[in-house]
Amino acid sequence: MTQLALVIDLNVCVGCHACVTSCKEWNTSGAAGVLSDQRPFDADPSGTFFNRVQTFEVGEFPNTQTVHFPKSCLHCEEPPCVPVCPTGAYYKRPEDGIVLVDYDKCIGCKYCSWACPYGARELDEHQKVMKKCTLCVDRIHDPQLPEVDRKPACVKACPTNARLFGDIHDPDSEVSRAIREQGGYTLMPEWGTQPANHYLPRRKNTMKIHEDELLRADNPLKIDGKLPKPRLSEPALDDVTSW
Amino acid sequence: MRPAFSVIFLTTLIGVGQGLFLALYTGQTHALFGLLPPQDGRAFQAIGSLVSLLFLGAGLVASVFHLGRPERAWRAAAQWRTSWLSREVIVLPAFMAAVALYGAAHWFGWRTPLFALPGGYGVDPTLLLGTLGALLCFALFVCTAMIYACLRFLQEWHTPLTVVNYVLLGGASGFVLATAFAAHAAPETTAFFGGWAMVLTAAALVSRGATLVRNARLKPKSSLRTAIGVKHPKIAQKSMGFMGGSFNTREFFHGRSAAFLRSVKWLFLLLAFVLPLALLAGGITGAPSLLALAFLLQYVGLVAERWFFFAQVNHPQNLYYQVVG
Repeated sequence: MTQLALVIDLNVCVGCHACVTSCKEWNTSGAAGVLSDQRPFDADPSGTFFNRVQTFEVGEFPNTQTVHFPKSCLHCEEPPCVPVCPTGAYYKRPEDGIVLVDYDKCIGCKYCSWACPYGARELDEHQKVMKKCTLCVDRIHDPQLPEVDRKPACVKACPTNARLFGDIHDPDSEVSRAIREQGGYTLMPEWGTQPANHYLPRRKNTMKIHEDELLRADNPLKIDGKLPKPRLSEPALDDVTSW
Repeated sequence: MRPAFSVIFLTTLIGVGQGLFLALYTGQTHALFGLLPPQDGRAFQAIGSLVSLLFLGAGLVASVFHLGRPERAWRAAAQWRTSWLSREVIVLPAFMAAVALYGAAHWFGWRTPLFALPGGYGVDPTLLLGTLGALLCFALFVCTAMIYACLRFLQEWHTPLTVVNYVLLGGASGFVLATAFAAHAAPETTAFFGGWAMVLTAAALVSRGATLVRNARLKPKSSLRTAIGVKHPKIAQKSMGFMGGSFNTREFFHGRSAAFLRSVKWLFLLLAFVLPLALLAGGITGAPSLLALAFLLQYVGLVAERWFFFAQVNHPQNLYYQVVG
């Protein structure tokens, strides 16, 4: 079974919000209708977004870390929003594990938003239906796009490559390897939702240097510095030509 | 959570309708076994069913205002296998139909016994319809309450007490209304309904009080640590990522102060439980006009109770939306 997901590297994210704007641009232009904004250029603006980058400060001054934290629908493997939906507008696609909302079936009762601990969906005030991240389902399977572009808009936009996209059920995929080798974790594991999206933790990149690596192995006499330059009258180093 | 008045009125109004129907049916069964003087089926059960239907219908109308796309509301019956909301959408009209039939059967006097219970108690169509209605009534209480109780990360709701509260609060308000109604339509049963109204109100006070105590001692399972997955005791949000509003900042907070919340709590304890108990006691023993007042005060109290029921819930998603920037 395939489970497409994002793996977000908090160690690399710089909080530039490029994924937010790219997501909004792609998804407001699609066949499913606009992600509406209310009073966008007025006081008290509001709008529908699938993806947000939040900022947290960990620790106490002066020992603080700033964590930029992108959050969108996590496409849980046990999605709590799907069974509570009374109309069946919510469904988890068996072929790729993406959790989607059928905008034509949603009645806008907001029950799914109560049932999601992550706050990963928003009611579109114009269309009056629930909307959330689709993992750019209209993009990743589009055969008309070049292979390299069949990725979610946020992944394509990230300037620091903090967002990886792939099948977390394939043990050899880039995302599975990243989760395995770099300590990937999920959000709020206490609720048993098993989010598909994973996060890679903030970590210090350290390099272990052994003492012998500081010494030149090809300098047994421990003499550092430039070697004496031969005079013009002397033979060259390779001893092939002489002048 | 931000309390939605559509849902507040839906749950309180259908609670009254359900409780009133249960009272009518209780009166009939007691009369069957000779425990109560028989009531006039037309004046009491038939008109009472109509009143119950009016409350249920008003609740149904209120619920429509909760929907973004009410014209698609019929779709909500689809997922009854998994969704309690869907089950409620099916059971509510079924219950209303049973109440309507029950009222009609009493109005048209379909009282010919179909068969007899051991002991010679005749069972007529009204009793069968009433039994069906009572079963659907309890099913509806369970469906309504489970909509809230099944959400495991809304810890304030995720308890069997939620179901008990819905049954008892709905039952109490319906029986109080039945008492006031009986004072006009079947005066000899006023004390019976009044007594049960007091028992139900007191029981509801106990279970609602127990829920308040339980919720005051809750420890949230989620914290910023699990929300962003950083194991550090000191984490503070510096920006939620936007400065305007969004659905997430509107839907999940009541927007009132803690003092306001506390006032509503004491207000509903007073209005929904203490005052109705005192007025019922006065109404049964002497002045029947107090009974209508008891119902009105209790209904206002239950609206406050339902407001508090929503407002007290601290949704885990709020962890992500604490600081604008």
